[in-house]
Amino acid sequence: MNNKIKKILPQIITVLFVLGIFGFFTFNAQINMDNRGIDFGFGFLTQESSFDVQFSLIEYSGSHSYARAYLVGLLNTLLVSFISIIFCTILGVIFGVARLSSNYLIRNSAAWYVEFFRNIPLLLQIFFWYYAALRALPVPEKAGPWFGVTYMTIKGYYIPSFIWTNLDIFLYSILAVIVSIIIISTYAKKIQENEGKQIPVFFIALGLIFVIPALTFFIGGVSLDFGIPVLKQLSKTSYVFEGGIGLPPELIALVLALSLYTSTFVAECVRAGIQGIGKGQKEAAASVGLTPNQILKLVVMPQALRIIIPPTTNQYLNLTKNSSLAAAIAYPDLVLVFAGTALMQTGKAIEIVSITMLTYLSISLAIAAIMNWYNKKIEIKEK
Amino acid sequence: MFKVIKKLTSFVAMVAVLFAFTTEAMAKKSKTLKNTQKKGFVRCGVSQGLPGFSNADASGNWTGVDVDVCRAVAAAVLGDANKVKFTPLSAKERFTALTSGEIDILSRNTTWTLSRDADIGLTFVGVNFYDGQGFMVRKNSGITSVNQFKNGISACTNIGTTTELNMRDFFNSRGISYEPVAFEKADEVVAAYDAGRCDTYTTDKSGLAAQRTKMKNPDEHMVLPETISKEPLGPVVRQGDAVWEDIVRWSLNTMIEAEEYGITSSNADSMKTSDNPAIKRLVGAEGELGAAFGLDNDWSLRIIKQVGNYGESYKRNIADPGILPDRGPNQLWTKGGILYVPPAR
Repeated sequence: MNNKIKKILPQIITVLFVLGIFGFFTFNAQINMDNRGIDFGFGFLTQESSFDVQFSLIEYSGSHSYARAYLVGLLNTLLVSFISIIFCTILGVIFGVARLSSNYLIRNSAAWYVEFFRNIPLLLQIFFWYYAALRALPVPEKAGPWFGVTYMTIKGYYIPSFIWTNLDIFLYSILAVIVSIIIISTYAKKIQENEGKQIPVFFIALGLIFVIPALTFFIGGVSLDFGIPVLKQLSKTSYVFEGGIGLPPELIALVLALSLYTSTFVAECVRAGIQGIGKGQKEAAASVGLTPNQILKLVVMPQALRIIIPPTTNQYLNLTKNSSLAAAIAYPDLVLVFAGTALMQTGKAIEIVSITMLTYLSISLAIAAIMNWYNKKIEIKEK
Repeated sequence: MFKVIKKLTSFVAMVAVLFAFTTEAMAKKSKTLKNTQKKGFVRCGVSQGLPGFSNADASGNWTGVDVDVCRAVAAAVLGDANKVKFTPLSAKERFTALTSGEIDILSRNTTWTLSRDADIGLTFVGVNFYDGQGFMVRKNSGITSVNQFKNGISACTNIGTTTELNMRDFFNSRGISYEPVAFEKADEVVAAYDAGRCDTYTTDKSGLAAQRTKMKNPDEHMVLPETISKEPLGPVVRQGDAVWEDIVRWSLNTMIEAEEYGITSSNADSMKTSDNPAIKRLVGAEGELGAAFGLDNDWSLRIIKQVGNYGESYKRNIADPGILPDRGPNQLWTKGGILYVPPAR
């Protein structure tokens, strides 16, 4: 009996203590807010926000609610995180592999790249890209076209907009392509296991991706027009582009800084993963007659990924949380729009900060869940 | 078993002590004056650098009309206008800093509005600068009036200000589509506008005039004549401490009333023998005005002697540096302005 109590009692006390602290803070906050005449509640979310946001993925104006403003900020945070994660992964893999190159120049340039961008504080890099690099860009009327129809200016990067007819048919065709590739690759695997024959799945897939969506243009009635950005005069000396899509310089600077910074950490994860595979593995693979490509694809990478994925997940989480530095350069992310403007206009500090914290927590947990699922999928399956 | 009980009791005792301390602290309602006198300095929230209002020089000395309000309070309650601890705050942080008790006065070019006064645990005590929102543009743009604004204009501003809301009202009512580019810090707004990111920079006109002095070439920019909003700026205190609220309010009023009666920092002592009882009351030679706040009778004299009257403060901080030489509405009611404070009696 004594043993049982000894085991359980400390745990009960710990739980009570944690609850007590939490309760005390809630109680304290309530008393203080009461004293100062501050109400607690989430009713403000349905009120009209009456402020505008520079850049939004969904329709939004000041006549929408604070809840909608929250959504605008959330989507902007997700957008910048998503783009940066893709870029940092691509760059990270390239530089991670390059650091192991047998070529002296490539190996050392990659090492310099990693050491340079990893060791400068992220906020400084954001300021650099925004104030120094992007500010060196021309004003709209002096911007020459890049690739014919896009314009890089101090007010943003203007690209043609896409004007679709029968977009849905095009999207269905892509869906059909994805489904058929999955079916073909499963079938190919079966054939290989049963008969040892290899089917060039990669080339078939590549063909499908191009041919089927292209067909919809000819027989599906799909057509695509481009809205070309056109220069418009605002006053004697100031111009702006109209038509087309304008990517704000804030977004570009943020994506640059976040992906360059995080890519260095991803590169190190990739290097660690590849170096973690024993030399004997490659030699054994070579001795059974696999080509260097097959060795990388079938022997090294599947094992290296197991080492790469968990620390890379951390980097993705860091990147997402770091995106909140956006507020420094006026990119309307969750922190700027919701924990900034909305907080100021409503004064609901506790409510808004807790919503924002919960949101970041959920985003991080979601990313972690996806990566853990992928990690499970590739880890050693004991038979 | 005995050991466990012993551990448990010491643990419970610890928690109990923790609670006892904090609940005692909560039982004493915010006695801001008492705390200030105990600490020996006034905790004042100011801007992160707005020339004329609150700006620190290279050696960390704060000057400005907003700063002078805090100095006046320090002179009144502590006897020394220099006993102020200034906390620079962004527009976003300012109210939280005040309601959470990090500062005791917020004197940071803050617009008095109904929702701020009523909603968020704040009390505005008066107006030390009557302002309005305006627009700054580049001179070579050829724009001379807001009527020339066109669709697609980009406007740089601060987040968390009434400016953001007024701007929307303004552009919406005129049916102009615009791109709001909102930064957290004023310096970032200026840098972005100066670099050409935006076609116009909008904030309170006094702010525009002050920030213009920070630009690379101040002469290339101009403030448009139109004023699109009312922006009465003034000091703010936490709700729930009526005495402190009164002290701050009447410190400001004293400065304005002193100007009205011609009392300055240099002639304040000689005014003690004035024939005018209103003047005598202001310099503490008659009546017991300080007693109502728990202060001595020389509180207002110290304000005038150490900080000066409102006119002196305006001249020193705003007119002489060339920010806004014309006092406009911030002139005494007797001289065509709208500065009018209740009598100190």
